[in-house]
Amino acid sequence: MRDDDIIVLKEPELTAAERLYLPQILDGLKTTLRHMFDLQRRRAVVHQYPEQKREDTGELRTANYHGVHRLNKDPDGRVACVACFMCSTACPAHCIHIEAGESPWPDREKYPVKFDIDELRCIYCGMCEEACPVDAIELTPLYELVSCTREELILDKEKLLQVYEETKAVKPRKNPPVTDYGLTGRQSLDVAQPNVERKV
Amino acid sequence: MTDPTIKRIETLLRKPGVIFGAGAAILLLVTALLALAFPLYKPLLSAQFPFSMIVLAVMLALILSATAVCILAERKIAGFTQDRYGPNRVGFWGLLQPLADGLKFLLKEDIIPRHVDKPLFLLAPALALAASLLGFAIIPWAGQVRWPWMPPDAPPLSTQVANLNVGFLYLLAVGSLSVYGVVLAGYASNNKYAFYGGMRAAAQIISYELPLGLGLLVVLLVSGTLQLDQIVQQQAATGVWNIFLHPVAFFLVLVSALAEANRAPFDLPEAEQELVGGYHTEYSAMKFAMFFLGEYVHMITSSALMVALFFGGWHVWGLPGLENVTWWAMLVKLVAYLTKVALFIALFMLVRWTLPRFRFDQLMRVAWQSLVPIGVALLAATAVLTYLGWQHNVWASLAANLLLLVVLLRSAARSKRPVTARQDDLPEVDVRPTA
Ligand code: SF4
Ligand code: SF4
Repeated sequence: MRDDDIIVLKEPELTAAERLYLPQILDGLKTTLRHMFDLQRRRAVVHQYPEQKREDTGELRTANYHGVHRLNKDPDGRVACVACFMCSTACPAHCIHIEAGESPWPDREKYPVKFDIDELRCIYCGMCEEACPVDAIELTPLYELVSCTREELILDKEKLLQVYEETKAVKPRKNPPVTDYGLTGRQSLDVAQPNVERKV
Repeated sequence: MTDPTIKRIETLLRKPGVIFGAGAAILLLVTALLALAFPLYKPLLSAQFPFSMIVLAVMLALILSATAVCILAERKIAGFTQDRYGPNRVGFWGLLQPLADGLKFLLKEDIIPRHVDKPLFLLAPALALAASLLGFAIIPWAGQVRWPWMPPDAPPLSTQVANLNVGFLYLLAVGSLSVYGVVLAGYASNNKYAFYGGMRAAAQIISYELPLGLGLLVVLLVSGTLQLDQIVQQQAATGVWNIFLHPVAFFLVLVSALAEANRAPFDLPEAEQELVGGYHTEYSAMKFAMFFLGEYVHMITSSALMVALFFGGWHVWGLPGLENVTWWAMLVKLVAYLTKVALFIALFMLVRWTLPRFRFDQLMRVAWQSLVPIGVALLAATAVLTYLGWQHNVWASLAANLLLLVVLLRSAARSKRPVTARQDDLPEVDVRPTA
């Protein structure tokens, strides 16, 4: 670092009136009052939530909104997750609980027997989505997460798959089954054409 | 809510007619009950002590419901200044929000953490609320009154709860008592953030007690009495409010009152961004609500005090009935007083949503390096004026204030100390021309 890289900022010199604070305070009060009586602006800016929703006005960015999770299905309707535990490892809130089992299908080794996400512990950071090698877990634009008990908000595999069914219209699965990264060779073929019978 | 009954109730409450109708009905009912029971309490109205008790009961009810309205107003003003609507769901225009808030506070789980000092933890919120309520005793709400059924030569009754000789000395004492609640809460919570909040409150109140006292002393020198009702009567008699004599003193008292009530920009004891919740971090449900109420009650007390001291109490020029002590004159005066208090509260709220919070060293600097010297200088000037017998002379007082202001401006213009007060022991760095 050279000397002339350093930019030293000095406090601006204040005039005597500014040092007394009062003119500034009055100025600030003026601004506050102006906003207070600016009905038009208020009407233009505010969404009256339960009646007006952002998805209705097209202002919700459905493609990358961080809402409730879903577990994607592959074209055969099977759960796309291969129980690799990448998401639960990446999760900073430790809210993904997976139990893996041997896959009944020939094209993958494992599949999740149980897949629970505690939506109340989740901080909706999207790390799980980033981590997943097969894009099985995704965050959806659903944000109305309400229940009467905490237990109801621990979503299990069935519920997560159901969320996929509900949201695939507004947010199609991000990538086609063949991801353009990471998968090579036989495995990639398996994922690309899962219905073709192959010898294991 | 999908329950149709609930839905129906909700839409019903949103209708203005329903809300105002219910309000009017309740008001009518209360008036009718009071009228029916009139023979019962009529004898009580003629003597000072029982009358004071009645004033106490009425004003207490009024103040406690006023705090509820204040909280709604605060949230509305907060919303409006930020281009939002504020609460507008519960009832028409959100008017039932205070009810919903109160219900929520009552029904919430009341948590007492295991690590707290339990007796003090329980005592603190009660103390905070009680101490701020105590101040109401000496506010002269509506001057004096003589009921029509009293003999015409009987001395009129005072609408103060207690007409103390020591007047606002009592208010000073009680006002600083409320910091006990805050400090105790901070100490008893056994939580470092709460403790910081309590310590800040203590330091802040000690510092701002001084300018407040100095400002009040100026009024004392002018009026020559400590009794609030006499101060108000003096202002009403001459028609010259004390604000016209001593605007600088009023400013001192206003700033200190903000600080004493822990209102922004002096809300350091509960600074959410630094201290979680400050002294009430560990409090929940009704105990938290009591701190909340205490803050608003304190705000109302300080407003009422300032109105009495500087804005002529119930006096407004040209208002009918100022001279006499009939019951309708009392009502007129009461309305005038309450209107002024409401205006002050609105000012407090606007200030809160306008100004950012002071840093703690700035807070101390404002008190000790600016307000206290100004207060001492003003006090000295007023003392001289009083010695010369000119203390009621508007021009002399204004000249003294103006002189003070000019001296201040000059010294401010000369001072090279940065206002944001970078720590003075940091090395001075030069600005180099950027290549
Ligand atoms: S969004 Fe973040 S916190 Fe939530 S499950 Fe995924 S990784 Fe965990
Ligand atoms: S990272 Fe993807 S594939 Fe791996 S366990 Fe999580 S959801 Fe399943």
